[in-house]
Amino acid sequence: MMRDQKLWTWHVAAGLVILVLLGLHMVVMHLDSIVKVPSLNPAGDEPIDWKNVTARGRMVFFAVTYVLLLGAALFHGLYGLRNILFELNPGPSVKKALSALVVIVGLGLFVLGSWAAVASFNLARSL
Amino acid sequence: MGASMSETSAKTILYRVRRYDPARGAAPVWQDFSIPRVAGMTVLDGLWTIKETQDPSLAWRSSCRMGVCGSCGMLINGKPRLGCNTQVSELGADVVAVAPLPNFDIIRDLVPDLAPMFDSHVALKPYVIRDDADEQEHPTGEFGQSAHELEQYLQFSYCIKCGCCMAACPTYATDPVYSGPMPLAQAHRYNTDTRDGGFKARKVVLGGERGPWRCHFAGECSRVCPKGVDPAKAIQLMKRELVLDYLRLRKGHVPAPAVPKPKEIKRRPDIPDAPARTA
Amino acid sequence: MPRVQGLPNRLGIRGWVGGGRWGLERYLYTLHRVTGLGLLLYFLLHILVTTSRAFGPEAWERAMGAVSGGVFKIGEYLVFAAFAFHAVNGIRLVIVELGWGVGKPIEPVYPYRTSVDAQRFLAVGALLIAGIIAALGAADLFLLD
Repeated sequence: MMRDQKLWTWHVAAGLVILVLLGLHMVVMHLDSIVKVPSLNPAGDEPIDWKNVTARGRMVFFAVTYVLLLGAALFHGLYGLRNILFELNPGPSVKKALSALVVIVGLGLFVLGSWAAVASFNLARSL
Repeated sequence: MGASMSETSAKTILYRVRRYDPARGAAPVWQDFSIPRVAGMTVLDGLWTIKETQDPSLAWRSSCRMGVCGSCGMLINGKPRLGCNTQVSELGADVVAVAPLPNFDIIRDLVPDLAPMFDSHVALKPYVIRDDADEQEHPTGEFGQSAHELEQYLQFSYCIKCGCCMAACPTYATDPVYSGPMPLAQAHRYNTDTRDGGFKARKVVLGGERGPWRCHFAGECSRVCPKGVDPAKAIQLMKRELVLDYLRLRKGHVPAPAVPKPKEIKRRPDIPDAPARTA
Repeated sequence: MPRVQGLPNRLGIRGWVGGGRWGLERYLYTLHRVTGLGLLLYFLLHILVTTSRAFGPEAWERAMGAVSGGVFKIGEYLVFAAFAFHAVNGIRLVIVELGWGVGKPIEPVYPYRTSVDAQRFLAVGALLIAGIIAALGAADLFLLD
């Protein structure tokens, strides 16, 4: 069980990783009309169109950074949630249960999301 | 008398005081008192007037009445302040609402139970820790410390332990496990003192959930501190120290050694010697 | 210390939200929590929804269809705005909580200039930048698309 001194340092580090990667994600998905990056939205129109999704999904850069962003964001967000809930002063058994739940949800979603990133990478490459 | 309108515009001031009597057991209630408004009166002065002329049962803590003992921390018009340090006129209101400091159990009326704050304080070892007991018991000289080294912790040493910062902290409002601004700022005060060697000892507490990790820089502690100690600053500086320590990048210090008196210095002839040591 | 049984008097969650006479940074603290929780909730659902792209275009279109429409578009914007604030305020917090921008230890002379005053320009700057980014996002989502 990592102590808060270490967990907090990783929380900050994860935040910086998210700043860069999620910032990029937001530019691609939500500022596409203002900042046009043709290679990332080659089919024009909506960034969520299947053609654009696969255009990005087949790039190694995206497969890798999706997994990085997923891990960093899950850690950052779930540690933050655990922190907020702990500050409400629950009993020690509730704290243990919360910690376990957060780890299980985090690992579970990380495995699911990483699989999806790799699977869609392979799918996009096969098209 | 030729007094101006602004001075005589209100000859009395209304005090709204939060009363609680554990013997009665009922919930706290507000009680109003109207007292004469005197130029330059502090909130504490008004409480004394009430006690002396209207209700002797009113209870609070105070002592020095000049902002150095830290006894009279109270919630005055919604903000934690010292009663003796707060002029009624600076509140700029017709009503002085006085309540006990929040985030502490109420013992009676305006008296908070500060014991948990002091327990956290003691747990963070607020004293110089060194391993040269012999030198401390039988000093051969002073511990050398430069003016620059003093500056690193002097501000945080001005703390009078009044508890206003604890009352203002949003984390301490929900979380009694969090050490709170005063104990944490004092831990930093000793960690940065070059005479001290106790960083590792304090890290046992500071590295865990009683450390500064639940401070999120709301900054209210520093805004309300009556002595300008700026505990928020101390806590953020301490976080940097602890992160650097985790990354093994922290430059610790060796506790300042004793500096023996220079031998060449001769006493001026007209100054007598000190009396002989009795112990 | 002698133990006395006193009446509990913690502010509780009311202390997070404040209520008058509190500084800007306390409200930024609360807003940072609210946006963080909102982003987390969205994110957990987002992972589940976007997993559909691994199953091909039909699955993807179905998933996207399920989360489009008026309410979702507004929700999407709120997520973007929450991100803008949380990220930019987060930069300020990383700077400040690692001890930069709070000033050096000084001799306190009344009126005190505290660490809160020292970093105030970062807080104001963060709000301005977050506002600009949120406005750009609004323009992209509601005007230019």
